[in-house]
Amino acid sequence: MSTNEPFTIEQFYKFLSQQKLMAGKCQKCGKIHLPPRPLCDNCYSQQFEWVNVSGKGKLVTYTVIHVAPQQFQSLIPYSVGIVELVSGLKIPGMIQCTTQEQLKVGMELTLDFGSCSAPHQWPQWPRYCFKP
Amino acid sequence: MNGKPLVSIITAGMSKFGKHEGLLAREIFADAAGEAFSRCANLDPKNDIKAMFIGHMGEAYEHQGHTGSTMADWVGLTGIPATRTEAACASSGAALRAGIYAVLSGLADVVLVGGVEKMTHRSTAEVTEYLAMASDYPFEQWHGITFPGLFALMATAHMNAYGTTQEQIGLAAVKNHYHGSLNPKAHMQKEITLQTVMASRYVAWPLKLYDCSLITDGASCIILTKPELAKKYTDQAVHIVGSGQASDTIGLYERKSLTSLNAAKLASKTAYYMAKTTPKDIDLAEVHDCFTIAELMAYEDLGFCKVGEAGELIESGETRLGGRIPVNTSGGLKAKGHPVGATGTAQAYEIYLQLTGQAGKRQVKDAAVGLTHNIGGSGATAVVNIYRREQ
Repeated sequence: MSTNEPFTIEQFYKFLSQQKLMAGKCQKCGKIHLPPRPLCDNCYSQQFEWVNVSGKGKLVTYTVIHVAPQQFQSLIPYSVGIVELVSGLKIPGMIQCTTQEQLKVGMELTLDFGSCSAPHQWPQWPRYCFKP
Repeated sequence: MNGKPLVSIITAGMSKFGKHEGLLAREIFADAAGEAFSRCANLDPKNDIKAMFIGHMGEAYEHQGHTGSTMADWVGLTGIPATRTEAACASSGAALRAGIYAVLSGLADVVLVGGVEKMTHRSTAEVTEYLAMASDYPFEQWHGITFPGLFALMATAHMNAYGTTQEQIGLAAVKNHYHGSLNPKAHMQKEITLQTVMASRYVAWPLKLYDCSLITDGASCIILTKPELAKKYTDQAVHIVGSGQASDTIGLYERKSLTSLNAAKLASKTAYYMAKTTPKDIDLAEVHDCFTIAELMAYEDLGFCKVGEAGELIESGETRLGGRIPVNTSGGLKAKGHPVGATGTAQAYEIYLQLTGQAGKRQVKDAAVGLTHNIGGSGATAVVNIYRREQ
């Protein structure tokens, strides 16, 4: 993987829209950052490489949102959770194709890359989600 | 305990919390400051107060930022340095900390710290959006995770780890509404039953409407000075003997634990150490019950019970008025209300009333040592202070 891309959240989402889940690995201490950071919070190195991360993981915790800001109101009720990927990294996101009764801590989920919504102003980030 | 006073509170004020239709934040704040000034006859605000720090979270509510100087202007204190502090729901907890720094540095002998928020003129959807700004944007807000949603994620994790039930969590609302019914300044002064909590609609499962604090207008302030100057102003000073503030990752998902707030543990460890005290010495506490689960987590983070046993502690009634350690005698954020920027110093206001014997029907008998626990966002900020009455 080329390391010319900046280790930014913008670039993380660019990779996602190319169906790639990528994290930044510190070349000095080896800590993997998801999302990537420009400064390692462990050893303060600024040298990173991109590593591919599996989108498979287990549900750590969840909720079902019933009151939402305007932009999400058409989706309510919707489920969101925090997923611990097989690499041990954690990432939050919506969980689709499930009812509340089907949600269980520990259940296996896989990241779905999603697609970038209709072009509008900043930000142009795809909304990934998780599916059983 | 015998921790030395860091600073002393000589007076305090708080507006009625509730819906203030037709008032702007500055006008509500003037009410709180007016009370503080009138409580302390020996204070000459224009000559004595040398700096102020004002907690205020959102300029979106009134299209008004630059809150430090705005409030200095509206309380007749233009000329002195006035600065806004922002740390989400811990904004005035941060103002109080800034006041402590200012007094201890020697740069200002008397400092006004407070906070304000005017929220109720906005729709629930707008308030939900503004509050969410205190959470991580690219991974939490972007994926539709609301503030109740973040605390619901912690509630689910706590229930899963320790068997805590929705009923136990809901008991914090029942208790705090009872306390609120005794506080004439509370937003809600009506008792509720557990059945009311359980039957209310879900906001973010497992949290229901009655598990959530209120959208409220309000302001609060306290005035600090050096302990050696306190006597000049009052013989009923309340001393801050321990103070801790800590931070954590902005994203909940990056934290090691989802069942406790590490920032609260760190801040309380510092405060207990400075105060030379332990959780057993605390007579009463105001904790940040933005959601009922947050009060239960606070019991554990502050050492009022063992980890995982908060459900049993609330069931025991020991945190109710008359119990071993009454928590949120003001009604808490749940019933007194949660004008976010005002909350930190409103907690200090309640402790000030309690430790000076002015808490009326909700007075804790012989209260000598109090604690406040103020959380910003989902726990990326925590401020814990320990207070002792004049001996």
